[in-house]
Amino acid sequence: MIKPSMSVEIAGIKMRNPVMTASGTFGYGQEFADYMELESIGAMITKGLSLKPKAGNNTPRIVETPGGMLNAIGLQNVGIDSFIATKLPFLRTVNTPVIVNLYGNSLEEYGELAARIDDLEEVAGVEVNISCPNVKQGGIVFGTDPAAASQVVELVRKSTSKPLIVKLSPNVTDVVAMARACVDAGAEALSLINTLTGMAIDINRRRPVLANITGGLSGPAIKPVALRMVWQVSRAVNVPLIGIGGIMNATDALEFILAGATAIQVGTASFLNPSAAEEIATGMESWLVENGVSDIGELIGALKC
Amino acid sequence: MQFQSQVLSNVEVSPGYFKMRMTAPPAVLESSAGQFVMVKVSRAIDPLLRRPFGIYDMGVYVTPYTDSGTQTFVEILYKVVGKGTGMLSDMHQGDALDILAPLGKSFDHGPEDEEKILVGGGVGLAPLYLLAKELVKSHRVRLFAGGRSKEDILCITEFERLGVETYVATDDGTLGDRGLVTQVMMKHLAAGNGPSRLFACGPFPMLRAVAGIAEEMQVPCQVSLEAYMACGMGACLGCVVKGVNHSAETPDYRCVCKDGPVFESTDLSWE
Ligand SMILES: Cc1cc2nc3c(=O)[nH]c(=O)nc-3n(C[C@H](O)[C@H](O)[C@H](O)COP(=O)(O)OP(=O)(O)OC[C@H]3O[C@@H](n4cnc5c(N)ncnc54)[C@H](O)[C@@H]3O)c2cc1C
Ligand SMILES: Cc1cc2nc3c(=O)[nH]c(=O)nc-3n(C[C@H](O)[C@H](O)[C@H](O)COP(=O)(O)O)c2cc1C
Ligand code: FES
Repeated sequence: MIKPSMSVEIAGIKMRNPVMTASGTFGYGQEFADYMELESIGAMITKGLSLKPKAGNNTPRIVETPGGMLNAIGLQNVGIDSFIATKLPFLRTVNTPVIVNLYGNSLEEYGELAARIDDLEEVAGVEVNISCPNVKQGGIVFGTDPAAASQVVELVRKSTSKPLIVKLSPNVTDVVAMARACVDAGAEALSLINTLTGMAIDINRRRPVLANITGGLSGPAIKPVALRMVWQVSRAVNVPLIGIGGIMNATDALEFILAGATAIQVGTASFLNPSAAEEIATGMESWLVENGVSDIGELIGALKC
Repeated sequence: MQFQSQVLSNVEVSPGYFKMRMTAPPAVLESSAGQFVMVKVSRAIDPLLRRPFGIYDMGVYVTPYTDSGTQTFVEILYKVVGKGTGMLSDMHQGDALDILAPLGKSFDHGPEDEEKILVGGGVGLAPLYLLAKELVKSHRVRLFAGGRSKEDILCITEFERLGVETYVATDDGTLGDRGLVTQVMMKHLAAGNGPSRLFACGPFPMLRAVAGIAEEMQVPCQVSLEAYMACGMGACLGCVVKGVNHSAETPDYRCVCKDGPVFESTDLSWE
């Protein structure tokens, strides 16, 4: 049996297969090196980085819910400068594209961050997280307002020539409108979805379980919502999509590909199985072999409705 | 490392507390006291996340059923508190588990000329047993065990068998002295028995009390903490505690899974 072609391309980033690791669930890559072959996957995405180091929220920050988990980490990260000094040198030694996930608390911060990574050769592209509040504008989340999202994307586009991926928030009434706004503003690819806002309550203490009260739901529980959004957006825009949300195995991954995603990201699954991303890549290839598919490209958006 | 394991035994040692022995690869013997395992209780997605447990014991026994003629094992001592531990308690010999081990930092023994004082609350005795085993080879070891009632004082005879001098206190006086174990321990320290070092594991309020006594008496002290964990390897940042330098302006968060679970008590903020 000949090996099927698994390679895909997102905004000019060439990947050996469609499996990427989702921001915030794979540390800075090094944490997982003992558990899996980092060169077995398509790309790695860093923890969300901000201009300054960010402390994050009080604890408890995570709680398990049926088929998922809520997190309110509060985007704790080492900051872009420390990332470049302490985390990037390791990533440089791995022959897998590194995509930097960025977020800002103001429009200007996004621009500065994008400019900061523009000349870093080791960075294959940027993924812009717009699911965070604009502190200067009363905390409205950029990714829930098409006009605000456009502004962010336009500014990032001007500030870097790196391939530009925008990560959509599912906490909107019309994800297609958000997708269109981002593409019109210059996004070369879209990744979706980020976590769904949720909460958990402890009846004995009559308190929310998370210190932050609400948190982002991830894991298998959100997969149907994520699939639906990928499918809707794939019919509306003409850029490659990266499907994210509750992908635990190769079957889940292939569902997203059929729905219209060119690549996928593995998030929460890496917490329960640190070699999940590698196993998913291997599993997808086996499925192609077993089903006589010679190129993963044949499956992208091949859903029959 | 990540490995597939089989339950060798799962015994209720006291009402609601179980000791489980599981197969492990020989490399697990390089673990030290204070380190922990993350157990995937079920292949299903509920419970989704792994559950963390301190390593209670490990070793090798002779068996005709493996190629090498020996079998390496790890043991955990756990309390049934919810879904995951409930499912664990229903498992039998031969059942399969997926395990990550060893994770986190271990206890630092310190020099030999000190008395090593272990303080455990309830199931917090779990990692202290392996520590006692390591220490008795070349140190003087004393254990202070506390719990609500006599059912919550676990495996004391195992400690005694190692030659550890043990003191027990329970809230209701059903075993040992009535009262808080920290008070008994403080009396012992105050009596002045030469240099000593504290090692504590148990509920947070108990650890805070031990850390306070350690500071007052100028005794070095390590504590083993618990936190909600998703990954156990420093990737999710869900398990953090506040370090001693923490303030709103200069945040100092440490991962219990990677920077701990064992910390010098003076490295934490205890607020
Ligand atoms: C490093 C470390 C070592 C531990 N060692 C041991 C041990 O040796 N023996 C032992 O019995 N337990 C130990 N624990 C606690 C154990 O992990 C929890 O009791 C267990 O995860 C609960 O799972 P559950 O599904 O039964 O409970 P759930 O249904 O998830 O929750 C039930 C209750 O348990 C509490 N809980 C849940 N997860 C944790 C957690 N990670 N830490 C503390 N409390 C939790 C919740 O507050 C809740 O009230 C350790 C925890 C850590 C972080
Ligand atoms: C603990 C945790 C931290 C996360 N941090 C980030 C982040 O920093 N930036 C970001 O864009 N998404 C972040 N996410 C969202 C994930 O990248 C992903 O979009 C989401 O978890 C859904 O995928 P999953 O169900 O496979 O986990 C985080 C998710 C989790 C669970
Ligand atoms: S449990 Fe994930 S960082 Fe500690």
